[in-house]
Amino acid sequence: MKEIIVIAEHRRGELRDVTWEMLSKGRQLAEGMGADIEVALLGKGVNQLAEALKPKAKRVLLIEDARLEAFNAETYNKVLTQLITERKPFLTLIGHSATGMDFAPRLAAHLKMPLATDCIGIEVKDETFSLTRQIYGGKVNAEVSFTKKGPFMVTVRPGAFPVVEKEALAGEIVSIPSPLTDEGLARRFLEYVEAAAGEVDITQADVLVSVGRGIKEVANIPIVKELADALGAPLACSRPVVDKKWLPKGCQVGTSGKTVKPKVYIAVGISGAFQHIAGMKGAGTIIAINKDPKAPIFSVAQYGIVGDLFKIVPVIKNKIKAMKK
Amino acid sequence: MNIIVCIKRVPETTDADIFIDKSGKDIDKSGLVFDLNEWDTYAIEEAILLKEKLGGSVTVLSMGGEDTNESIRKCLAMGADDAIRLSDPAFTGSDGFATAKVLAEAIRKIPYDLILAGTQAEDDGYGQVGVTLAEFLGIPHAALVNRIEVQDKKLKAHRELEGGLEEVVEIDLPAVLTIQTGINEPRYVSIMGIRKVAKKEIKVLKTSDLNLKPEEVGAAGSDIRLEKVFLPPVGEGAEMLEGKPEDIAAKVFDILKDKGGLT
Repeated sequence: MKEIIVIAEHRRGELRDVTWEMLSKGRQLAEGMGADIEVALLGKGVNQLAEALKPKAKRVLLIEDARLEAFNAETYNKVLTQLITERKPFLTLIGHSATGMDFAPRLAAHLKMPLATDCIGIEVKDETFSLTRQIYGGKVNAEVSFTKKGPFMVTVRPGAFPVVEKEALAGEIVSIPSPLTDEGLARRFLEYVEAAAGEVDITQADVLVSVGRGIKEVANIPIVKELADALGAPLACSRPVVDKKWLPKGCQVGTSGKTVKPKVYIAVGISGAFQHIAGMKGAGTIIAINKDPKAPIFSVAQYGIVGDLFKIVPVIKNKIKAMKK
Repeated sequence: MNIIVCIKRVPETTDADIFIDKSGKDIDKSGLVFDLNEWDTYAIEEAILLKEKLGGSVTVLSMGGEDTNESIRKCLAMGADDAIRLSDPAFTGSDGFATAKVLAEAIRKIPYDLILAGTQAEDDGYGQVGVTLAEFLGIPHAALVNRIEVQDKKLKAHRELEGGLEEVVEIDLPAVLTIQTGINEPRYVSIMGIRKVAKKEIKVLKTSDLNLKPEEVGAAGSDIRLEKVFLPPVGEGAEMLEGKPEDIAAKVFDILKDKGGLT
């Protein structure tokens, strides 16, 4: 029987969303090719997570070891090398997340297994897969295929696949002994550190005005800040603005920053990189101002304004001030 | 501390109009401006900061044609000491796996304590080369690093996770780190600065210099093949507000009023 194995991703006692997304997609692929969907869970004291995974897979492959308490690419790859070598799944699915990006490429190379990273589409094609990826920062899609025969490994972009509700599977928990020993590691997990909290909690605001790379210089930030002030809204931003140290990390909306769900989100000079959209697509109404009519932000926004933010933003600010009086 | 930094020259597409070329397998790059990959700009800056603090040297390594010299010279102007370009028609079509293989063979010939690479490239976005390179070299790695503290024969690296969380790991040297944007503030390089390094030697190595066979590199040595590229399907898309700025502002005001944006 062919197997598709999803590597469960969890952190601090919680399964991450990409795990459910992979299980949903993995089950669809498995059903299409007459394979079993399985999930591998590595950790310590993760029985509750294993129980939660049961309805989503035929088998939950549970590897418990105190050395797996926190994620470490080195221990993960030792365990998964043995698991994949023994079970020979036709396809291994891993999240293209901070966790998956840290271990999947190395695991694939070690197992001499063809790998396609950051996929947003996976289709079965004869005895292989056709994959869709995004290139050039999401401006172009690419269809890629494997040049070699399986088994294959694919990393999946978080948020790319919906979780489709299906009847529960009677998953069986299979405990697998850990191959880890007390042999020293070249990489050791020390601790988690939270980013410093911002002065304003952008996750609690009803209205957010958010600024991106299009603002060009730090000296221009006040143009957008004044619009935020007129609305009584905090100023948020996209990643490049934080990378350039123009605004603090606490203001950042996106995968590596905050996830926000305001009633209204005004995106100013933000092109809409995937990792930004992942943090704000839950907003009630999105208004985007950008000079590039093809910017991806316009495909998630309900309202779009194509034009020069330096001309448009001050006029909107004045209108709001005048009408509020 | 001797540091090797792997870099890539990429087309700048953020603000550009993109068209698919006749082959249907890539974009038309004729009108595009090329520059050092954004992630690599932070990687080279980090290497130079470490060199300034701890001594040693920084070697820039890149796979690419003669055009790549432009980005290599930018790194030299920033403060890198040596440069190697890996160039061979056989490298054409390399995916992340094949690229890492070529880089690994070049690195085996150089003494090093630390290897830095950008977390991913702006163009193909594999996010795979640095971590794969560590496997080929048999040394530890950490991906998505946004802070480094070197301590003798090891270092502490902060890995950027989701939601503002960071993971601190301790890692023995030599190691590979993939660098995340925002780790530092890359220095500005003037045209004068680039002119000053115009004559600096960039060593060129090809397949036969690297103990590699042509079938191990390029498209032949790759795991994946690009079949076609296309512009992403546009969703329902936004309702576009048009007119004079005053008219647009009035429409925005109405939307804000309607959707709970005015408090």
